[in-house]
Formats: sequence, C-alpha cells, structure tokens
Amino acid sequence: MKFAIALYSPAHAPSSRRALLFARAVLAAGHEIVRLFFYQDGVHSASANIVTPQDELDVPAQWRDFVTNNQLDGVVCIAAALRRGVLNGEEAERYSRPAANLYAPWELSGLGQLHDSVQAADRLICFGGP
Amino acid sequence: MAKSLLIISRQSPWSGPSAREALDIALAGGAFDLPLGMLFLDDGVLQLLPSQSASLLQQKDITANLQALSMFGVEDLFACHTSLAERGMLPNELSIEPLHVLRDQEIAALIDRYDQVITL
Repeated sequence: MKFAIALYSPAHAPSSRRALLFARAVLAAGHEIVRLFFYQDGVHSASANIVTPQDELDVPAQWRDFVTNNQLDGVVCIAAALRRGVLNGEEAERYSRPAANLYAPWELSGLGQLHDSVQAADRLICFGGP
Repeated sequence: MAKSLLIISRQSPWSGPSAREALDIALAGGAFDLPLGMLFLDDGVLQLLPSQSASLLQQKDITANLQALSMFGVEDLFACHTSLAERGMLPNELSIEPLHVLRDQEIAALIDRYDQVITL
C-alpha cells in the first residue's frame, strides 16, 4: 500500500514521535511512503537548529536519518516554514536573513506537493495535536 | 479519476494560523481543479461569523478568502449543525453561501464519502 504522511506538530510534541514510529512501521511492513509532508508546526521538525538534551530522543535527527537512509521524499511546506523561521540557503538569501536552518534531505515546496501526494497515495495519514 | 479530499477546519480564526492554513490547502487544491470539500467543525465554525473585526486583534480577516473558495472551484462547503448550535450561531446568518449545514450523522456519511481527509 502507498502511504502519504503529513505531520503538523513540532518535534517536541508526542505526535511527532508517533508519526516517526508509524512511518518506520509502514516501511517495515513492506509498504511504500510516497511522501512525507511537514506542515504547520511540523516544519520545526526539519530545522537543523534544534538542540535536544543529551538524555532525550533527538526527534529531528531521527527524522533526518530516516528520510536519508530510506531515500524518501521529505517535503516541508514553504509558506508554513517561512512563517516559522525555517529557511534554506536560497530563502535566507531571498529575504536577507542571517542564517539558514534547513538542509538536505529536506526540500521546501508548496501545498501542491501535499495534493500530489494525496492523489498518489492509497492512504493519507496525518499527525497533529499534542 | 482524481481522489477527493475533505478538509476539516476546526480552529477559530483568531487562535493562530490554523484557519488560514486549512484555507490555503483548499485554495491550492482548487487551483489544480481537484475534487475538494471543506467542513467547518468545532471552533472552526467561528470562521463563518459575519462582521468580524479582525483588525482590532491586529489580524487579517479571512472572510473574503473564504467567500472566494467557490471562485477557486471549492464549492462543497459544509458546517456542523451541533458546533453552530453550541456557539449560539444561526445557520442563516453565516458569511459564506452556499453552505450545507449537516447533522452529526450526515457528517459521518460525508467523511465516509471522501477518499482522503485532512483535519487542521
């Protein structure tokens, strides 16, 4: 089965961890993830600037490794990201901001990518709230 | 055939960017001519109140954008009867039309009818 996974919660929210566990389970069961789409506060999970205390689970790093190791399509909504200060080099330059905090494997793109994944997937699974 | 998507908007227009961001999903999908519906549920029905003074909160009023949904091809708009009643709102005094006001059971059937559902 083809899954699209959308995440709306920040890295420190339990639902971000649930989304990650679900995504791992999807692949472990032999299914496909057509795209991960980070929207609303979910864009924070793609920030390279989150520093997690040493004795806590580093959710942003786990997401990054998960996407990289499985060569997944990890899309961060550009409008939601700009609003929340999550910028790649190109956007930091465009808006004259002093630093970027979004790098590969993440890609900034528009809501069309969410609709595209809705069309491509058998199931859209969303994780939001606490 | 394109998969249909129901967007459920559950946040008030003044409680952060959720209402705006649910609307953006609808507008983006309308631009691609996708079969979309939008349901206003819980505090989301507060987006339908007419004569809002968003500027008093130094916020932007999204009423005009909501009213533009049908122009963008999103014509299947729904509101929850129970949510309206709980907030003392009358179905005939809302800022958007045409809007279908649905009872709880009809909402269950509505969600069932769509291929995919997004709740914000």
